[in-house]
Amino acid sequence: MMLQLSGVHAHYGSIHALHGVDVAVQVGEVVTLIGANGAGKSTLMMSIFGQPRASAGRIVFDGEDITALPTHEIARRGISLVPEGRRIFPRMTVIENLQMGAVLGEEMNFAVDLKRMYALFPILEERCTQSAGTLSGGEQQMLAIARALMSRPQLLLLDEPSLGLAPLYIKKIFQIVRELNREHGMTILLVEQNAHHALRVAHRAYVLQHGEIILSGTGSELLASPEVRAAYLEAGQKTETAA
Amino acid sequence: MATLVLATHTISPAARFKDAVAVAFIALLLGIPMIGLTTVDQGGTLRVATRWPTLFAFVAVAFAGRLILRFAIDQFKAHQLTRERAVDVTTVASASGRAASPLLTWVGWAALGVALTLPIFFSDNRYVVDTATTVLIYVMLGWGLNVVVGLAGLLDLGYVAFYAVGAYTYGILATQFGWSFWEALPVAGAMAATFGVILGWPTLRLRGDYLAIVTLGFGEIVRVILVNWTELSGGPNGIASIPRPTFFGLELKPPGDDPTFASFFGLEYSPSHRIIFLYYLILALALITNVFVSRMRKLPIGRAWEAMREDEIACKAMGINARNVKLSAFAIGAMLGGFAGVFFAARMGFISPESFTFSESAIILAIVVLGGMGSQLGVVLAALVLVLLPELGRDFAEYRMLLFGAAMVMIMVWKPGGILAHREPTMRYVAEGDSR
Repeated sequence: MMLQLSGVHAHYGSIHALHGVDVAVQVGEVVTLIGANGAGKSTLMMSIFGQPRASAGRIVFDGEDITALPTHEIARRGISLVPEGRRIFPRMTVIENLQMGAVLGEEMNFAVDLKRMYALFPILEERCTQSAGTLSGGEQQMLAIARALMSRPQLLLLDEPSLGLAPLYIKKIFQIVRELNREHGMTILLVEQNAHHALRVAHRAYVLQHGEIILSGTGSELLASPEVRAAYLEAGQKTETAA
Repeated sequence: MATLVLATHTISPAARFKDAVAVAFIALLLGIPMIGLTTVDQGGTLRVATRWPTLFAFVAVAFAGRLILRFAIDQFKAHQLTRERAVDVTTVASASGRAASPLLTWVGWAALGVALTLPIFFSDNRYVVDTATTVLIYVMLGWGLNVVVGLAGLLDLGYVAFYAVGAYTYGILATQFGWSFWEALPVAGAMAATFGVILGWPTLRLRGDYLAIVTLGFGEIVRVILVNWTELSGGPNGIASIPRPTFFGLELKPPGDDPTFASFFGLEYSPSHRIIFLYYLILALALITNVFVSRMRKLPIGRAWEAMREDEIACKAMGINARNVKLSAFAIGAMLGGFAGVFFAARMGFISPESFTFSESAIILAIVVLGGMGSQLGVVLAALVLVLLPELGRDFAEYRMLLFGAAMVMIMVWKPGGILAHREPTMRYVAEGDSR
């Protein structure tokens, strides 16, 4: 087991956002968490990083209890995050952003990793000396993913990577998620509102509602489940065709 | 796939030096018969006399001139090359505001040239050199605070505390224990850095307005302690007769028993020696600060400062220890402020808490903000404006500060990001040869 959350509770100020959540991620899997706005998806993701810290329960990564570790120590264990809203460093150049992502890596690997990222995201090579803030939303998302990959993580957390992107970019992002997993063997935990795309790429999935897991299963099981269809897919499909 | 190399000058400094030596040698060969030897009419007979000092000056000028010329040519070539390559490889990147940088580089070098030669042109004008020294103190303080505010994004309203710590450390060490300027300088820097860490600890979780208020309080605490701890700091009376810095052990004072600067070099004593020496001293300190800070920016720690300014949570998620990064910014900023404080104490010969009030912090912060956060050259321009404006405004008597305030408002209206809001990338990659 690569990552195991058991009975995790989390609070945002006085709001009790997670009510004892159990989530597991195995090596080589893509696991996705779907749910409506405010279901606690991002809270769950960030609580793995101790932001906010889990108020009860245990988070174990690679056999080690990381529940109480400081955020940067958790990153050092080999977890990398693509945060919600991308959170790139806007006034720094694309290449400086990638250097920041490589802070934990060996210096000698930097050039190799940079080339790998440029191969994966050619647009980043074109823009390498531009300030990251001047990139388009989709390009920024790619930069955020590339930045997270620069540390050669064992586990990649993707928090709403398709948020606010044009349909073409959404497709591209999910292609990359698939490629990273199927070709490079990257283990990925993906939080998405875009249930349709997320379930298709995921091996397993959890449905989160009001801070609790109400359903789990393989991606195709959930895609076929009438409850999921009614709650997350039909509406999602409609807005997608409308957009 | 592009091979990545850092843009370099076309000729190394060593090669440039060799070139200049060769030119100087030719100048010497030509100069011996043409300048070094001359004939004089002495009692009806012609005799050969020598003029070695003139020859030496001639050779020195040729050497320096060649060095400067080569350097200028290389700079120009390097810029052209960088641009051509950049356009070749990344058309998009070259369009994104890097065009402004060669001009700024030239402005920077020109400013350095003016700074280096200023006392030569105004050697008999004490007022000008004194004012320039004040400007340089603020430039140095601005560069120090720039690390904290401009790079790390930590709003510090109590920076003057570190300036005071540096000044008092030197004042006490010199008057109580007989330390010299050069001995006290590193100790005072370390002391100020320690205070930086002490201030940093409790503020680690604070940001923005809250951090500003706590740092403001810290600045006041230091000042109030200096006023009240009379045994240590002399209280409101301050510390007087602080020794001046020496030039490698030679004092700059009227001739006495010990060898002085003037007697050692066989010069006639003039009070302007000390003024000019102090000017060059702060210029050297400021330049070291500048080089130091620009080097730091290119190191991982400097990048971490800037990333911390941009997004703290993202930084932590990259595995960066936010505590260490913030404390290092506080410590280094404080250390530079401490150095400036030592110089201030040595220049004035007298310090009291009155020199370290909140308004000093405000002026230093204004220099950083007006200059454009994080911009080194911007700090110089802003320091010039903020120090010279009140000086130039002396004719307006009581309206002076009004004009000063109005000018500050105008700058912020006209340039909301500061005089130089453009951020220099820490690294320039150019692709070598045919890359795509």
